[in-house]
Amino acid sequence: MTQDAGMIGQAGLQFFGKMCASVSHDIKNVLAVINENAGLLEDFCLMAEKGRPIDPARLKRLAGDIQEQIRRGDRIVTGMNRFAHSADAPSMDVDLSELTDLLAALALRFAAARGVQVHVKRPRGAVRITTAPFVLLNLMWLCLDEAMAFAGPERIVELAAEDSADGACLRFCRIRRLKDTPDGSLPTVLSSVLCSFLRAQVSFDPDANQMTLLLPKNGG
Amino acid sequence: MAEKVLIVDDDKAFLAILAERMQNRGMEVSTAESAAAAMQLLAKESYDAVLLDLMMPEMGGIEAFQIMRRTQPEVQVIFLTGHPSVSKGVEAMKLGAMDFLPKPVDMNELSEKIKQAKASRMILAAKRTQEKIRKILTDKSW
Repeated sequence: MTQDAGMIGQAGLQFFGKMCASVSHDIKNVLAVINENAGLLEDFCLMAEKGRPIDPARLKRLAGDIQEQIRRGDRIVTGMNRFAHSADAPSMDVDLSELTDLLAALALRFAAARGVQVHVKRPRGAVRITTAPFVLLNLMWLCLDEAMAFAGPERIVELAAEDSADGACLRFCRIRRLKDTPDGSLPTVLSSVLCSFLRAQVSFDPDANQMTLLLPKNGG
Repeated sequence: MAEKVLIVDDDKAFLAILAERMQNRGMEVSTAESAAAAMQLLAKESYDAVLLDLMMPEMGGIEAFQIMRRTQPEVQVIFLTGHPSVSKGVEAMKLGAMDFLPKPVDMNELSEKIKQAKASRMILAAKRTQEKIRKILTDKSW
């Protein structure tokens, strides 16, 4: 195994672990709310036994709240499943805009921890490329992590996937503090290795407050 | 007199439902969705117990607790977390937290802890008053 392959593997494992830990935290929160709702139902029953009548409208709201948490949990698990399946094959035909949606969902907790919102600007149609989706997600995460560090005072990073002449690109926009460090902190050794593997390139445009991840049509 | 509790958690749904359950048990409950919002409430009111989520955006529970302690040394804080770890638990207790409970919470256990928090706070407040009186008497050489 070459050194680069080893680095990609190790980094991938760390990336996977980091995202899994975050997802597990989100799922725990959903379970905590459902637990409280179940407890409240129990409270109502105990109160009813002591003669306090149960309000059907309140019970209906409670049922709705539980269902909303189930939907929330389902969204989280569906995202986790899509993320896990991104490692199924070393090369796949994918829609970059769907990968971008997935990245934004996975990054939600991390962004919130830094007081940043991640907005996704959706393209008109699919942005199709052939790539190694899991490795690409890893690189996209590194770029997003960088972009969040340079988010401007409004604390928003906007992601936009687009077709380009040679393939596709993912723009990280509204990173107004990039002017302070025009070349950003990338490339790191890891991002360089990932870019090389994917035949991708990261470019900085401080005047436009954006960073762009350029991807070939067939990088997988 | 009812226990007065402040719950601090960024999960709105969890906050609302926990508050309702505690109110049904006769407690007086205030809520805050962030550490910053909690500080604003603590500046105006005192509470028998503060239930503090460990992981919150922008300012986490540990950092918030350290600030609370500086402004209200008697504040009794119970950390709530979805992922209790020994290291975080030890860190919280070393800083002077009253307890460290996992989510989902056991309401009976939580209610008991809050009663204990109220008692501890009253003892600390009484001690502080005694010290103030002692100091006044000493200063006046009585």
